[in-house]
Amino acid sequence: MCLGIPGKVIEVRRERDLLMGKVDFGGVARKVCLEHVPDAVPGDYVIVHVGFALSKLDEQEARRIFALLEEMGQVEGGAGQ
Amino acid sequence: MKYLDEYREADSVRRLADRVAQTATRSWTLMEVCGGQTHSIVRYGVDRLLPPRIELVHGPGCPVCVTPLETIDRAHAIASQPGVLFCSFGDMLRVPGSRGDLLQLKSSGCDVRIVYSPLDALQLAEAHPDRRVVFFAVGFETTAPANAMSVYVARKRRIANFSVLVSHVRVPPALEAIFQSPDNRVQGLLGPGHVCTVMGTSEYEPLARKYGVPIVISGFEPLDLLEGIWKTVSQLEEGRAQVENQYGRAVRPEGNPASLRLLEEVFETVDRKWRGIGTIPASGFGLREEYHAFDAERIFGVADLQTQESTVCVSGEILRGLKKPPQCPAFGKECSPETPLGATMVSTEGACAAYHAAGRHLPESPESRSAS
Ligand code: SF4
Repeated sequence: MCLGIPGKVIEVRRERDLLMGKVDFGGVARKVCLEHVPDAVPGDYVIVHVGFALSKLDEQEARRIFALLEEMGQVEGGAGQ
Repeated sequence: MKYLDEYREADSVRRLADRVAQTATRSWTLMEVCGGQTHSIVRYGVDRLLPPRIELVHGPGCPVCVTPLETIDRAHAIASQPGVLFCSFGDMLRVPGSRGDLLQLKSSGCDVRIVYSPLDALQLAEAHPDRRVVFFAVGFETTAPANAMSVYVARKRRIANFSVLVSHVRVPPALEAIFQSPDNRVQGLLGPGHVCTVMGTSEYEPLARKYGVPIVISGFEPLDLLEGIWKTVSQLEEGRAQVENQYGRAVRPEGNPASLRLLEEVFETVDRKWRGIGTIPASGFGLREEYHAFDAERIFGVADLQTQESTVCVSGEILRGLKKPPQCPAFGKECSPETPLGATMVSTEGACAAYHAAGRHLPESPESRSAS
């Protein structure tokens, strides 16, 4: 139930007193409340839980682990494996 | 799918697992907090990629599992009343209470519906002004902002036929209960990624300091979990006990300020009973007085019902990291997802259900041994 899934914002609009939008989850679009990610714009990725966006995903942070893996690969390579 | 597939790539997963094996020189017992993490670990066989020196035990972080049986029975009593439209998340409606699960009430003419979001429940209340719409609001801090928003908007829009049955739980007090227990085995912790997306990481600092347990806030994909394990083991090997954030792409140290403001507005901290564990002080959220008009427990006056839990079930020990599902004599026999006897079998994120889904009640399960 604590499942939060990443999706891509494809539409932002105001619905009465709430900031809402459409988020695409690998081809399936759903209505999502964007009240707590007020600066999200189409193209941004957000973590969504029970129809509610909790945070915007940080692209630079997302790449960090791959840089680490690459570094590890080089160290292994350098050690003559 | 971006932000998912690249974190499941088998070769990278194996490389990180090797790194963990190189780092660990002694035996360490780590706990992952979230049911979502447990599910992912068992599904991708992350635990089986680790050296035997590293043991993973599974934490209390499945909100469906820890919702007390009497709360389910209370929900049952409310949903059975005439004119009520009762709704919640699907997994909550399938939890067996003393008299069957909530969805079964539909066959006796009650209106019970699965909703995807608490805001959908609010919409049902606006669409059916003649009905009393009750939303069963369970969950950890991850779910709290969405649930709080439904109540906040209901008050603002004066939607008088909407109420919530609140059984919210908070992670840090449960961890404190585990760490301070004399039989605690947990030496390092993978912290709850999505909970911290909302709450930030500061609540975990005093826990790490006081109990000398390194806490690495971790994501939910195999690479996230392995990096979290590696960082935790590194701290243990170096004799450090700090809070680190592995899941920086979603978690900011300060959390989500808008969510925190809303939680402060709608909820206050209350004592809460956890299924399988008992009452933990200050471990829940309850509605503030200004929102009592939306509190289903008050509106429907459901009396505290007495319930009887199974005596063979060891889910309380599983939730505290003292035992694992195969150590329960009923696992995969009398107890299965179809006939759950206890807390950790009722939801797909419970440790017993996760082991069962991966076929670990069967003698050999080769498919769950591969990383992808
Ligand atoms: S297998 Fe069933 S009875 Fe055994 S601990 Fe898990 S939930 Fe309880």
